[in-house]
Amino acid sequence: MTLPETTVATRRNRRRASSFAASVLRFAVTVATTIFGLLVVTFFIGRVVPIDPVLAIVGDRASATVYERVRLELGLNLPLYQQFWLYAKQVLSGDFGTSVLTTNPVLEDIKRVFPATMELATVGTFIGAIIGVPLGVLAAVRRGSIADQVVRVIGLIGYSVPIFWLGLLALVLFYAQLQWIAFPGRVDIVYEYSFTPQTGFFLLDAAMQGQWGVMWDLFRHIALPGALLGYFSLAYISRMTRSFMLNELSQEYVVAARAKGLSETRIIWFHALRNAAVPLVTVIALSYANLLEGSVLTETIFSWPGLGLYITNSLQNADMNAVLGGTLVIGAVFVGINIFSDLLYRTLDPRTRSR
Amino acid sequence: MSIADTQLKPYSREWLLSDRPTSRRQARLGRAYIVWRRFAENRLALVGLGILILLLVVAALADVLAPNNPVVGDLMNARLLPPGSPGYLLGSDDQGRDILSRLVYGSRLTLLVVVLVAVIAAPIGLIVGTVSGYIGGWVDAVLMRITDIFLAFPKLVLALALVAALGPGIENAILAIAVTSWPPYARIARAETMTFRNSEFIAAVKLMGASPLRIILRHVMPLCVSSLIVRVTLDMAGIILTAAGLGFLGLGAQPPLPEWGAMIASGRRFILDQWWVAAMPGFAILIVSLGFNLLGDGLRDALDPKEAGQ
Repeated sequence: MTLPETTVATRRNRRRASSFAASVLRFAVTVATTIFGLLVVTFFIGRVVPIDPVLAIVGDRASATVYERVRLELGLNLPLYQQFWLYAKQVLSGDFGTSVLTTNPVLEDIKRVFPATMELATVGTFIGAIIGVPLGVLAAVRRGSIADQVVRVIGLIGYSVPIFWLGLLALVLFYAQLQWIAFPGRVDIVYEYSFTPQTGFFLLDAAMQGQWGVMWDLFRHIALPGALLGYFSLAYISRMTRSFMLNELSQEYVVAARAKGLSETRIIWFHALRNAAVPLVTVIALSYANLLEGSVLTETIFSWPGLGLYITNSLQNADMNAVLGGTLVIGAVFVGINIFSDLLYRTLDPRTRSR
Repeated sequence: MSIADTQLKPYSREWLLSDRPTSRRQARLGRAYIVWRRFAENRLALVGLGILILLLVVAALADVLAPNNPVVGDLMNARLLPPGSPGYLLGSDDQGRDILSRLVYGSRLTLLVVVLVAVIAAPIGLIVGTVSGYIGGWVDAVLMRITDIFLAFPKLVLALALVAALGPGIENAILAIAVTSWPPYARIARAETMTFRNSEFIAAVKLMGASPLRIILRHVMPLCVSSLIVRVTLDMAGIILTAAGLGFLGLGAQPPLPEWGAMIASGRRFILDQWWVAAMPGFAILIVSLGFNLLGDGLRDALDPKEAGQ
């Protein structure tokens, strides 16, 4: 017995809708549990700190009654799960506590420093992708040649070199010896007052306000740390590009395109790379996430006033609220980027869509 | 079994490569030999292996090899000597200590970090992954959610926060790195387990009455080990870099321990005039992690020829 066309169509639609709803639900559960996990981890790290949170507030000369009152205020007498509940409520409503070092709310501090890190990571990823993708393509096309070996060695060194060490050596060479770049920092003190950033992304602000002097100064500051991070993402991106391209170039459609008489350039850049582009987007997104992490050490070397420097400075001063707040934010952004790249992958590659 | 095969000289190349081994030992050795031949074709991988053997030798013979005391220097005569000074091949640091000797002793710390992290993280990943993959169901769901949560954290930042909480020191740094390193191993072990969970040899041992514990321990885990070894070797470079980063930030090994990352940090103060104090330990880190990367690449190609050259 055959069902009428319309029934089949509605059923199919219903099935599609329910599978979509299920995947959205699964997605929401994943995000929620991951955020919950991040909170649990930071909560427990906060608990095992040998620093007494009460002493940090009242000082060591406070009387026992004051100490006890603050302890109660902080909820430290409650059972652990209630403490966690309080902590989760606070964090989710945007209260990360107060930084001992800067005396500002941690969230405010993070809002101030985070654009600097984003700017640096963006420049790094941009450099990495612009150079890394063509290098990877070259290595795949000329597999086994000298060019392939060179790209491989560049990548391997990128994987193996300590970033803070390379940064120090680069400073000695480009700042001290050649004087090509500016003193570590983000912008010269000269411009500190004449330049009022709006978005926090200084390069963008300077370009929008047409302040080309500032722009040049910003460029001289970001060039070296940006290039350094760019090198690290280049190592990763070129390696992955090579592997994706090798995979694509062995597919049958490439043979068909060759048989059709298309030029090799066209096959490589328009056919193979286009298909490799889908997983590449994921790789570039992941390398962006990695740079957020790599910025911790880079920022320390280049006195770049971003989240990494904020975290390490807070660490040196036993400012746990700030450290955990920063950790949580980087973790959340990490999760966000992963989800984003996953979604992007699904949008770009029709094969991953559910039928 | 032909007569010719039994008459091969034991341990000769033909004996190893025989496709009709007469004993289990011959079969095993033969397979190892094939993997070794594939590995040895890759010159860079051999270089990597050489670097690591050198590291082991240096660490073992540090007392013999180091020309000077790594901790107590000669403040009177030997402060910040440039490389090539008599008696101080790689120069000396601000406390008059021979940098070469400190590097030689520092190799022990590097090995300590690498070995301990591998010994802690790999088994955790192996257990979580195989149990999760074999048992499946809600156990799998829960274990993989936990793994994902740890994966969601950037490694260095989580290690930083952990060390900040536990207090600086090389033991805590190792612990923090291990805690952040196991999730990828769990993922790999789980993926491997899933591929042969429903295969016939597992069904056969199950029929013979083996308990899940026995199946996981004796039949599943050994099959996951080779891909795990590759991944651990490839991760070693990252682990060394993270440990050095923690040392650089003052959260890893504490002075006067000659940890390479901490040595870079102490050389940072006079990098403009005495560059070698910070530069030399960095070279050491670079060479050793390069060694691990080359070895890992070679191992992957040798153990998994499908992926070779990719």
